[in-house]
Amino acid sequence: MPTKAKQTKWVAEANRRSFLSTLWLIFGGVALAEFVAVAFAFLRPHKSKIRGEGANLIITAGPVESFAPNSVTAFVRGKFYLARLEDDGFLALSRTCTHLGCSVPWFEKEMKFVCPCHGSSFDITGNVIQAPAPRALDIYPITIENNVVKVDIRKPIRRSSFRAEQVVYPKKKA
Amino acid sequence: MSDQLNLFQRIRYSIFPGTLQEPRYRDRYRNYFNSLILHFRPRSVRERTLRFTLTWGLGGIAVVLVCLLFATGLMLKFVYQPVPDRAYESIIHLQSDVLFGQLMRNIHHWSGNMLLVIVFLHFLRVFFTGAFHPPRQFNWIIGLAMFLAVLTSNITGYLLPWDQLAFWAITICTGMLEYIPGIGEWLQRLVRGGDDIGPATLSIFFAIHTAIIPACLLVLMPWHFWRVRKAGGLVIPRTADEERGYEHEKVPAIPNLILREIVVALVAIAAILLISDFFNAPLEAKANPGLSPNPTKAPWYFAGIQELLLHFHPLFALFIIPVLMFVALFSIPYINYQTDTAGIWFASPRGRRMAAAAALIAIIITPVGIVADKFAIDFLAGIPGLPPVVGNGILPAALALAGIIVYYWWIKKKYTATNNESIQSVFVLLTVAFIILTITGIWFRGEGMALMWP
Repeated sequence: MPTKAKQTKWVAEANRRSFLSTLWLIFGGVALAEFVAVAFAFLRPHKSKIRGEGANLIITAGPVESFAPNSVTAFVRGKFYLARLEDDGFLALSRTCTHLGCSVPWFEKEMKFVCPCHGSSFDITGNVIQAPAPRALDIYPITIENNVVKVDIRKPIRRSSFRAEQVVYPKKKA
Repeated sequence: MSDQLNLFQRIRYSIFPGTLQEPRYRDRYRNYFNSLILHFRPRSVRERTLRFTLTWGLGGIAVVLVCLLFATGLMLKFVYQPVPDRAYESIIHLQSDVLFGQLMRNIHHWSGNMLLVIVFLHFLRVFFTGAFHPPRQFNWIIGLAMFLAVLTSNITGYLLPWDQLAFWAITICTGMLEYIPGIGEWLQRLVRGGDDIGPATLSIFFAIHTAIIPACLLVLMPWHFWRVRKAGGLVIPRTADEERGYEHEKVPAIPNLILREIVVALVAIAAILLISDFFNAPLEAKANPGLSPNPTKAPWYFAGIQELLLHFHPLFALFIIPVLMFVALFSIPYINYQTDTAGIWFASPRGRRMAAAAALIAIIITPVGIVADKFAIDFLAGIPGLPPVVGNGILPAALALAGIIVYYWWIKKKYTATNNESIQSVFVLLTVAFIILTITGIWFRGEGMALMWP
């Protein structure tokens, strides 16, 4: 028959044992959480894959005069179209359809972009003429230095529709 | 005795000691071997569950196809190179230089596509024989999980040849992710490994296709089969006026079950080989990110979703409707049913008539709806001042939902049916409608996604 002292000892032992097992379980949980966190961090898309190719991120399109008003020029390498509007202003339009990401070709005769995938069409400013595309074509920032048009293709700018302040104008020659 | 044996005999008997013994001992060794099989298959089965018209061998065929996919996939892995500059070239190399390379790719392609069809039919079979009632509820969930795994495997495999077909179909499919509210853009970047489809996308898809999904299937498949055995074997077929009972006669699995399984497996393999001999897996020109072909279509199993996209706002077509569909599918075994119809085809003779009525209604209404929508959708979306998400999304979706609810009450009342039969009837209505949408998307959509004759 266990004495009182023995019994207390046994209870204390049991408490310690269950405390330690719980502690081990917690350690296991922490380790698991760490692995999951590492896996998530590992799988997250990289910030920039083309770091070090910085030179390619600003595309030199060419001198202002080489683009006729009311025309669209394709830049295959930069994946954009340079549109010169009737009023001489420039817009750099992404070639990616805003519906599901197909590439939209420019149709010179009809003066519009028509997506081959689901029939969306856009005018020269990138505005939607025909749904299902939900918003206008994305644009890229343009700078005009020394009469040369440069396009920054790092990050396309989303917009719901065309607005006048998106157009970049060359400096008027004095 | 071993003195008289030559080297080869000694090796042989060391591997198969039984062959050295007298005949009666050989029998014992055969029994050992048979009990090895019986680790995987049951020792005995109810004779009634052997009926071909209960299962149509669909589960077995699916297993055979998965085995074929594992085997041919392993072979393809030796040749395929998952880098954009090499992927297409390695497929060309496989098809033109490697002996049986084209055949290997064909078997993999057709098995993968057939697997989707077979598991879909299996899913229908399980539903219509009521094999989701307790104790099989959770196995329905495991089955749906495997269905998603097979679907994911097909999508990720679709990109790997890196031809125009692959590139643009995956562009569209991953483009759909963008419309998921809140996490859409983040999810799209995660799946693509960046903003566009490129080298990162290819390695992600390759990893999912060749490691993640096979690993998932290796866990889920045995779990699925184990649950079948824990449920006491397959659901026992019966007529509507028979009680559900377990006292049906049992027969040994060897040879009754195993032999049938071998026959189904061999027929399935022969069919896949025949198809692969005569029809090559498609391969178009190398992927060109600048040129979308017209029309660009999603893979055939997404043609139904793509068809929805032509009629509903993307938020509804790509997110709300598919999510509701999957919630409904996952809840099927957990609905409170009035009766336990496990083992009865279509729940009852009345259930069968109601299912037929539903199928007929869907076959008439869906094509009419598709054609009418050409005019009607613009009628709804054309109401001035209405945002497209309302005119093109909430309104038609609410109309459809109201239609389904009205249909449920109408058919329940008309046939004075149990809710088993009415729910089954709604299931048939939606499934047939979805199948018709899929057929329309595959064969009746041409240039610019306009309706046309095939």
